[in-house]
Amino acid sequence: MATQHSRTAARLMLAPAVILLLGWMLVPLTMTLLFSFKQYLPMRGGDLGWVGFDNYIRFVGSSAFWPSVVTTLVIVGSVLVITIVLGVLLALLLDQPMWGQGVVRILVIAPFFVMPTVSALVWKNMFMDPVNGLFAHLWKFFGATPISWLSEASMTSIIMIVSWQWLPFATLILLTAIQSLDSEQLEAAEMDGAPPLSRFGHIILPHLGRAIAIVVLIQTIFLLGVFAEIFVTTQGSFGTRTLTYLIFQRVLESQNVGLGSAGGVYAIILANILAIFLMRIVGKNLDR
Amino acid sequence: MGRIVLEQVTKSFGEVTVIPPLDLTIEDGEFTVFVGPSGCGKSTLLRLIAGLEDVSSGRIAIDGTEATALSPSKRRLAMVFQSYALYPHMTVRKNIAFPLRMAGMDKAEQERRVTQAASVLNLTDYLERRPGQLSGGQRQRVAIGRAIVREPSAFLFDEPLSNLDAALRVGMRLEISELHKRLATTMIYVTHDQVEAMTMADKIVVLRAGHIEQVGSPLDLYHNPRNVFVAGFIGSPTMNLITGPEAAKHNARTIGVRPEHITVSATEGPWSGTVAVSEHLGSDTFFHVHGTGLADSITVRAGGEVGFRHGDRIHLTPRADVIHRFDDKGLRIA
Repeated sequence: MATQHSRTAARLMLAPAVILLLGWMLVPLTMTLLFSFKQYLPMRGGDLGWVGFDNYIRFVGSSAFWPSVVTTLVIVGSVLVITIVLGVLLALLLDQPMWGQGVVRILVIAPFFVMPTVSALVWKNMFMDPVNGLFAHLWKFFGATPISWLSEASMTSIIMIVSWQWLPFATLILLTAIQSLDSEQLEAAEMDGAPPLSRFGHIILPHLGRAIAIVVLIQTIFLLGVFAEIFVTTQGSFGTRTLTYLIFQRVLESQNVGLGSAGGVYAIILANILAIFLMRIVGKNLDR
Repeated sequence: MGRIVLEQVTKSFGEVTVIPPLDLTIEDGEFTVFVGPSGCGKSTLLRLIAGLEDVSSGRIAIDGTEATALSPSKRRLAMVFQSYALYPHMTVRKNIAFPLRMAGMDKAEQERRVTQAASVLNLTDYLERRPGQLSGGQRQRVAIGRAIVREPSAFLFDEPLSNLDAALRVGMRLEISELHKRLATTMIYVTHDQVEAMTMADKIVVLRAGHIEQVGSPLDLYHNPRNVFVAGFIGSPTMNLITGPEAAKHNARTIGVRPEHITVSATEGPWSGTVAVSEHLGSDTFFHVHGTGLADSITVRAGGEVGFRHGDRIHLTPRADVIHRFDDKGLRIA
């Protein structure tokens, strides 16, 4: 069927989708690159012409740059560790036969359906509020002084919120992975004299390697761009300014599009470095 | 060493009773085959012995010690699973050494045993490979290797050959029989294939719906089936079971005649019919004869040179001394 003619027709029909997707990606990227070499201050004179690498030097030179990179990595790293450790445990738990399994599984997945802005607001107002939050009441119940979470333990709070959001995703993927484990392998290990912990370490965990790698990869990509959770809670103060948030502040709060764009390019580079690293590690896992 | 005794063992899953009270003794060094149709409880019985399922009541003794409540690892049994259950992320060497590692054996001894097992099973060249890189037969051997390094008191095989192709199955069948001769360890082997049962077993246990129908040596079962079920199950092609007036002539409800105990003739014999299908195997020919008025189809084995074709009229003569007779309850009449 794949004659020359039909192949040409196929390409023609694919073209709109390909062009749209390509444009979707290329236009913003080109504009970001373009602006990053310009002095562009919308409210203070507009386009002030080309400035070469000035924006790049200024962005890195700013005292806020390195702390923001560190903050980003700390958030990404902590959330990954928390979601994977708890995800594996939850997946093990949910894999056990129990009453009401279907309902419980849906409940566990539910947080993933809540929009980041909404979940952050819920956490901020209902849990972490120092006066009316549930945590405050809990602390008072035990006679302790309530913590004002978002200012005193700002990073912990953000990490808690983001982890809560991503835990279902990790759990879901790891649960399906656990379910795909051949039960005869576990029985064989049992007969071979492996106690439960060894069975987990020698059989279940290696089996989950691939799924864990995928969770790490996908979550990292999304976690590098965490924004809403910070925007509605700390607004980037108390040491929670990530690279994404710094770029947002440069563009919208300082009204310096050129500087922000340069930051955007740095973010792309950081994401790619991480992606290459991860792909190496994950690739090793996926090869088997 | 490996004497296994089951006393009044039962197993139910909820309301469903899979194994009604059952007694069985497996002598040390015996190659015992559990055989029966799908769902007859043979795998469940094996898993009860292995300890992978708990008995609902009754007791199991291994080597004279009470094992009913022992965990699988404490029973000193090794099992080869239908799917082989190899650990995919470990090399063949690590797979075989796994039970030794779990037992905390020292490295040198582990190495010695793995090397020995590998040479017995022709796996020496594959020790650094992963299971995914091996063929079905090789994986099977790794699974056996993992069982023999532990030097267990008995081996349990759960339909180990059902995932192999026909040629390989015959080869592995011989290898397992040889292994049994060499190790002289008790082996319990579950299969639904009666050819495997006949060729390998010292003792066959025929099961149906959790009941033991008969226990005996392969030839004992072949010559003296205790009831109609065993008669129909053991032997290939299966025995011709005939009811009605022809059976009444022998004072029985049912009579059974094996295909190899009927002679064919173009001209004379008490039974006659037309050949529906003739299967020429070279060494033998199987005729499926219809229209005899005895049963839907009578299977007959003849020599390879006998050349009746589809539609030919033939006469059949059963050998009178090997007609099996069964009563109203399907039990053998002596």
